[in-house]
Formats: sequence, C-alpha cells, structure tokens
Amino acid sequence: MTNPFRKLPDALARVLFVFLLLATVLLTVRFILPPAVKDSSIHVKSTIEREMARPVHYAGSAPCADCHEEYNLKKAGYHRNLSCETCHGPAKNHAENPTETKPTAPRKRDFCTLCHQYDPSRPTGFPQINPVAHNPLKPCISCHNPHDPKPPTPPEECAACHAEIARTKAVSPHVQLACTTCHVVPDQHKISPRDVAASKPAEREFCGKCHSKGSAVVGQPKVDMATHGEKYLCWQCHYPHMPEVK
Amino acid sequence: MQRRSFVLKLVSLLAALGGSAAAGLRAAASSVTRYGMGIQVDKCIGCGRCVEACKEENGVPPDPFYFRTWVERYTIKKDDVIVQNIDPRITPHQEPVTEGDVLRSFFVPKLCNQCDSPPCVQVCPVGATFKTPEGIVLVDEKRCIGCRYCIQACPYGARYLHPVRMTADKCTFCYHRVTKGLLPACVEVCPTQARIFGDLASNASPLTRFRRMNKLHVLKPHMNTEPKVFYSELDGEVR
Repeated sequence: MTNPFRKLPDALARVLFVFLLLATVLLTVRFILPPAVKDSSIHVKSTIEREMARPVHYAGSAPCADCHEEYNLKKAGYHRNLSCETCHGPAKNHAENPTETKPTAPRKRDFCTLCHQYDPSRPTGFPQINPVAHNPLKPCISCHNPHDPKPPTPPEECAACHAEIARTKAVSPHVQLACTTCHVVPDQHKISPRDVAASKPAEREFCGKCHSKGSAVVGQPKVDMATHGEKYLCWQCHYPHMPEVK
Repeated sequence: MQRRSFVLKLVSLLAALGGSAAAGLRAAASSVTRYGMGIQVDKCIGCGRCVEACKEENGVPPDPFYFRTWVERYTIKKDDVIVQNIDPRITPHQEPVTEGDVLRSFFVPKLCNQCDSPPCVQVCPVGATFKTPEGIVLVDEKRCIGCRYCIQACPYGARYLHPVRMTADKCTFCYHRVTKGLLPACVEVCPTQARIFGDLASNASPLTRFRRMNKLHVLKPHMNTEPKVFYSELDGEVR
C-alpha cells in the first residue's frame, strides 16, 4: 500500500496536515457542537427565565386592602409601615384563593417580643418591654390591638412628650424613680417647654445621696465621691435613663 | 482654501457623530434598570423577619448556617469586637453580650452586595455565574459544578453551597419578584423600613432619596467590588 503523502514533498504534506486539522476543528465547532456550549447568552437567557418563573410566596400589601377593613385601621397607627405579611406570614395563596387557605395570625406573647423585647442592641427609644416584668403570661393582644397599637392608657405627664426617654427609663435600674426626683419642672415648662426648661442635677452630691460611699440608702452601686469623677457631673459620663447605666 | 473647507467639514462631521453617539449612550443609560438596596443601620431592630421571609420565599434550607440574607449583632467593647449571627434557631440562643466594657452595640443586616465588578463571576471556571442587564448576579444551577471557588472568592461571605443541589446559591434580590414589580421579600416584611429597594438609575424613588439624604458607605470598599448595597450610619468596626 502506497502512502499518498509519500508523493508530496515533505514540507507540503506537513502544511496539508495542519490545514486539515484546523479545518476539522473549525467544522466541529461550527456544525457539531451544540449552540449552548458555544454561546453563553443562551444559558444566561435560560437562567433568567428559570429565575423569573420561581413561585412568589409573599403577595405584598396591595391585595390585602381590597377585602380587609383592618388595613385602613392599620394605615393610621404606629404599625402603618408594617407589611401585613410581617406578622401574618406569606399570603400569596390566600390572596389568590381567599376561602381555601388562610394566613396565620400570631396570638402568643413570644411573637410580639421578637421586636418588642428589650435588647441593648436595638435603637434607643424603640418601644420595648421587659417581658418578665410587663404583665407576665398575659397575651399582648388582650391589651394592645396589633392593628392600632397604643398603650392601654395614653401617656401622661412627662412621657407624653418625652416618650423615648420614658421607654428607655422603663427598663433601666431607675424605673422606680419619678422624673421629678431628679428634675425640677417649673409649671411654665408644660405651657412653653422650650422657653422654660426643666432642670438637671447641677451637683455631684445630688447623685451622691444614693451612690456615695457611706450613704444611708442600701443596695445601690457606691463610689468614693472624693476620688471618683473629679470635676465632672455624674450624668456627663453615666446616662441615668439607660438600662446599661454604668 | 480647499484644505480649509475640508478640515471644517471633517470637524463638523466628527462633532455630529460624537453628539449622536453621546445622545445614544445617554438614552441607553437612562432606560436600563439598575437595582440596588439601601440599609439604614440605625433602624434595624434585629427581629430577624427578613431572614425568615427570605428562607420562606426562596426555599433556603432552614438550618441556621444557610443564609441568603442574615443579621449580625455587633458588640463593640473597649478592646474587642464580638459579632453574632442573631438567627433565633441557633441554639444556644445568641444572647446579647452585657458583661465587660461594652461601648456600643447594634445590628447590621447583610446580603449579597450585587457587586458591579463581582469577584465571584471572575473566578467561576464554567461561566455558571453572571451579571444580568439589571446588574443582579445570578447562578445557573444547571451549569454550576459545585467547585466552591465563588464561595471562597466572595469577600462578603454571601454565598453557600446548597446542600441538596450541591451548587452555589446566593441572594438574587428576589429576581422573580422584582421583575414583576414586587419588592424583595426581606424589604417587604421589614417592620422598620431599615431596608430600601429601588432602581439606582431612577431620578425619583425612595432609594434615590435615601442616597441623597444620607452619608453612605459600602462594605469593604478597598476590594473595588463596587457594591450596590449602600449602608447609612455604618460603624467603622463593621467588616
């Protein structure tokens, strides 16, 4: 058997071999490989389609307003920015098929405390309670309407304006002290609060009545007023309304 | 004279071409949606509703170590920084740190930053992860081979290996919701509006207002990933 390449000059045979190899590769890429292997836009498109086809579970607040009156009540209250599904869970099925599936309605105390239990990392002034001290074992909804949450009695006196401080103080060691124990509040302060300010303790000895060494009050943290704090007033370092007052 | 008129004609032609090209570019830029998110750190109360909603909406495994979005509690002490994941399913439950010299403490919600130059896309050996025209980074679960390079490459730890599919999984900004005009599940349920979602290219949207009214920061700016999740009131200790 004669090799056809034998008849060709050696250099030409090599060139021909390389040419044939290139042609095979090119033809394979062009005609044999499936398009998905060559073109990334095809799998990009299929992935986008697959992602878009995923089922939606949270319907959003818009469909709730069509049927539920509570929506209008919620709209004006402190929970106005809450989505219905924040508490009631995903409700897409219910929105499409109102009679067959019902969303959940949390009634237990431990659901409200997910947001409203006191936690030192939460922003100052966010309404929080100490669940051990605040009407233990009673479900929150027996006093507060979750669609229009309010304190059972409207805040009076100082808390009416200084709600943030009142809420923070409520979970602090100073909870038992009335505001007027430390602040002298002129009557005029209630009429024009910015013109006539309430006072703050102006002397170290004021806090020292409970917190100095040798004070008659038992159980409070004590310091030696002579060596501790130098020229500063106590509240310039220790914020007395904070639960972590140190 | 002839040369002069030629030069003048050339200049006017170039100017016309340049002008139309610039107008075309501008039109293209304004018509393309680019999704982004704003996070107001001072509003996060760490309730974990976003984490729950994300798992519910996207079928993320319930175990407390698979997350598309998660919330971290930072506790800054005088000589130490403690970071805890606050998922309520973690046992023993992650109680706030109170002993020692605690200076400040706060929550930081985290998720995929949908980087404009995403390291995870660069390293994928099979091209399974890519950026959509809206700037959202997606994973093709049919093409992913589960090699975990992208999980290693992400500076934000935003990816995990799905334990059933054995492919990389990550936040998609709820692609299936936002393309239908809905908000991502985490934004939908956030009770304090700590998360704001919208189109970065839009002239008037809650997100644009958020970006106008706040001093913003992104996570790990030195990585040059160009994140599209913007944080306001972010503490310097947050990594």
